[in-house]
Order: sequence, then C-alpha cells, then structure tokens
Amino acid sequence: MTFKTKLLLAIVVVANAAGNLALGYGMRSRGDISSLPPIEMLAAGFASVASPWVLCGLVLLIAFFSAHTLLLSWADLSFVVLVSAIGYVLVVVLSATILGEHISAARWAGTLLIACGVWIAGSTPESTVDSTT
Amino acid sequence: MTAVLLLMVIIGTVCGDLLKAYAMRRQGPPSSLRGRALRRFAANAARNGWFALSLVAYAMSLLAFMAMLSYEDVSFVVPATALTYAVETLLAAWILREKVDGRRWLGAAFVVAGVWLVA
Repeated sequence: MTFKTKLLLAIVVVANAAGNLALGYGMRSRGDISSLPPIEMLAAGFASVASPWVLCGLVLLIAFFSAHTLLLSWADLSFVVLVSAIGYVLVVVLSATILGEHISAARWAGTLLIACGVWIAGSTPESTVDSTT
Repeated sequence: MTAVLLLMVIIGTVCGDLLKAYAMRRQGPPSSLRGRALRRFAANAARNGWFALSLVAYAMSLLAFMAMLSYEDVSFVVPATALTYAVETLLAAWILREKVDGRRWLGAAFVVAGVWLVA
C-alpha cells in the first residue's frame, strides 16, 4: 500500500467516524423527523444545518467524501470499502480506552474479525483494473 | 419506517459508491496531491455526468441517514449498514470488473461477520 493511499485512508476513517458521531448528536437534539411527510422531512433535514453539531458533522463528511473520491481515482472500490472498515476497530478501541466503556466479549470478537478482514484485504493489490477503461 | 429508511441508506450508498468509482476510474488520478492538480481534478469531476449521478444517490442516502439518526442510536444505524460491504464487493467484481481474488473475498467475509458481531 502506497503512502498516499495510507494517508487518504486515515482521513477517510477518522473524518467518517467523527462526522457520524457529530451528525448523530446534532440530529438527536433536533428531535424525531422520520414521522414527518416527505417534503417536510426534506425541509427539516435542510433546516438541521443550523445546528453547529450537524454543520460540523457535514463538514467532516465532506472531508471524508473528498478523500474517498480521490482514493477511488486509483484504488479499487472493493479494496477501499473493505480496508476503511478499520474505522469500526478504531471506534471500539477508543470507546474502551478513552471513554472507559465496557466492551462485551462478542464485540471484542467482532472487532478482532474486522481487524483480520482489513489485514487480509489490505494485503491484496490496491488496484486490479486499468483506469480510463 | 426504519426498514424503508435503512434500505434507502444501503441502496443510496451502494449506487453512489459504484457510480463514483466508475466516474473516477474514467477520469484517472490527479497528477499530485497539491493545490493546482487537486483544483483541476475537482473541476473535471464536476463536469463528469457519472459523478453527478453519484451525488444524487448519496443525497438520498444522507437524508435517509439523517432521518434515522433523529430517532435511532448511531450504534444501531452504522452497523446496520454492514450489508453494504458484501454487496459492494460483489457489485465491484460484477459491474466494475475488479479482480476480487480469494484473499479479498476472505477479507470481506471477515469484515461482514465482524461488523455483525460488533452490532
């Protein structure tokens, strides 16, 4: 795996995890919008951007999206998708070490399986097709 | 409602990723990761119809995702989309003609099983 692939994967993983958390926190404070009619749900979704947490989440998700787009210009989708699953491992390890959360044996087993899967997928070539085909 | 929104998130994400991967493969990588090359890369992407279509799919996925987050925990919503790993690997091999070898399939199986356990 090249250095630029590792760098962009790190941005993808961190920005995606942090973006989801910020967006989740912001949307929960906003209240349930899923029971609204579709047009009102759409309007409520756009109006949620006024919340700093939602805005912060969206900015992080834009950073994730940009890094993901760049990666896909030279790496396989199946490679990028699988290797970026390391984000789950990061979230569980940070939850246990920094937040002191109790992680069940099943979650540790799942985390170990994901880490193995990422390691196996990460050992395959990052690109298997020619670009511009 | 949760099942419909979850389906919209999964379909939107899978279609968005496939369309974007196809668009980026046609466009090719930037010559470097510096300002000018990145601006040219972004300008080319903005003119790419496949990339524009991927944005429509992502917008659907994001709105459904935000609607779900308004009443479900992140710890449920994010792992519930684990199925996208298997679906995207399958479709990347089938539609994008990526050479997914045995090792990558094994990695995908481990990731899907792991995400299911973490959920």
